[in-house]
Amino acid sequence: MGSIVRTRRDMSARVCTPVPGEVTPRGTVQGCILPLRPAPARTRTPPVHFSALTLARNALSHHESWPQLWRSPAPRSSYDVIIVGGGGHGLATAYYLAKEHGICNVAVLEKGWLGGGNTGRNTTVVRSNYFYPQSARFYDFSLRLYEGLSRELGFNIMLSQRGIINLAHSPHQVELLARWANALQLNGVDGELLSAAAVRERLPLLNAAPGARYPVAGGLLQRRGGIARHDAVAWGYARAADQRGVDIIQECEVLGFLREGDRVVGVETSRGCIRAPKVALAVAGHSSVLAQKAGFRLPVTSYALQAFVTEPLKPVLDCVVLSLATGTYLSQSDKGELVVGGGLDLYPSYAQRGNLPTLQGVIAGLLELFPCFSRLRLLRQWAGVVDVVHDSTPIIDKTPARGLYINCGWGTGGFKAIPGGGFVFAHLLATDRSHPLAEPFSLRRFATGALIDEAAAAGISH
Amino acid sequence: MLRIRCPWCGDRDEPEFRWGGEVPIVRPGPPRQVSEAQWAEYLFMRDNPKGWVRERWVHALGCRQWFIAVRNTVTHEIRSTRRIGDPLPELDG
Repeated sequence: MGSIVRTRRDMSARVCTPVPGEVTPRGTVQGCILPLRPAPARTRTPPVHFSALTLARNALSHHESWPQLWRSPAPRSSYDVIIVGGGGHGLATAYYLAKEHGICNVAVLEKGWLGGGNTGRNTTVVRSNYFYPQSARFYDFSLRLYEGLSRELGFNIMLSQRGIINLAHSPHQVELLARWANALQLNGVDGELLSAAAVRERLPLLNAAPGARYPVAGGLLQRRGGIARHDAVAWGYARAADQRGVDIIQECEVLGFLREGDRVVGVETSRGCIRAPKVALAVAGHSSVLAQKAGFRLPVTSYALQAFVTEPLKPVLDCVVLSLATGTYLSQSDKGELVVGGGLDLYPSYAQRGNLPTLQGVIAGLLELFPCFSRLRLLRQWAGVVDVVHDSTPIIDKTPARGLYINCGWGTGGFKAIPGGGFVFAHLLATDRSHPLAEPFSLRRFATGALIDEAAAAGISH
Repeated sequence: MLRIRCPWCGDRDEPEFRWGGEVPIVRPGPPRQVSEAQWAEYLFMRDNPKGWVRERWVHALGCRQWFIAVRNTVTHEIRSTRRIGDPLPELDG
């Protein structure tokens, strides 16, 4: 298959050497390779290629001899790039820095455990049915990366493109969906309008009784939308970045920044000071907290976004369903649990738990759509702290503090953007220029007025 | 479920209230002398603190009066609520 790309590392020069046949890194890296002391010798087992054969071989030893997917090194005193935040975006950024730009002397600092923030708290939906061209280009790029990711990382992210259906409950909503479907097709993204009959056929459990509170009037289907295994995305990127020499350091909280004049030259952490000429933030709901430590503010408000899962069922739902009117959406996981999400809690919060009134509202919406789920019990409920921006469009840019870069503003939809976000953020870090796909996602837009108001246009229920 | 003390109506349940943004936010002026950056700061940039914050709330399903609350964004504890027009409460104390 050739799906795992390995690199040999020249330990003294601390640059990556691609193996023959690999796409060579672009020659755009400037000023990032520092003269450093030789790296300490590391013991590393070669990466496992997951296959039926290795699975069978490890079964003979009761699956007790699989190697660790990544090392847990102690932080060194300096790196070329420090990425703060070991979630999907941080890890993907590290991976693409190494793979696309040959910058492997990178540390990813995570205050908790890898993928334990929003990467482990989302509802795993991937889609690219955005309204505006700037968003559609970016999110479709991200979805295309997802489509090849299992093979690229040699790690099954369990992408299931089962389709996502947005429901319309009135003729007016059907008109909005028609406008939306037209925009998708103009943007080159797949999207098609479904009749009420087609929706009922695809979703037989949906409440289509004559007296239904939310009658079905139609739907918008993106066939390439679906779900992926969120942990596997984090683990796959972590393993691939680690193989290329990236240090992933967990339980290492960033407490402040090291400054030289107006430049950020490193971070002060719970495990000591670490220096780097470039520091990148990928910390979602905590972006404002770190920005404040660096002396500037962001157009971000942090909210709790809840989700919950029911007890497992036999297969009852083979696509992702989202209702504009009730603000509820759901899918069925491969384990059989219904994964349900809804709108934001109604006031800013850094608590990863969510409040009861919002949970009740989401459940009420769920049961209006699917009355047959009323006897299900909830197994787990949780919340993530999301970084909401006024126009629901991300920020990938340099910051007012020189040497400090930021990737934030994904709000309620960061998971689907992980591959694309990591790719364009790595480009910004390596070249000091925005990737063409990320140029509209600047911090400047809040002064110039070039906002991309996806909140209204894409019908996101927040 | 939070219980929030409306300065006019007393303790009521959370769904009766709406959050209305952090305070104080002072409009810059006069308009001709305000730069784009200052407008952006006024319109969009927020402290968004982790911890205690002063906020405007409205008792939307009650007396419909706005008031000021001092709330913790981690614990959701509301330390005090005051009527608009009362002196703005200090954050530390």
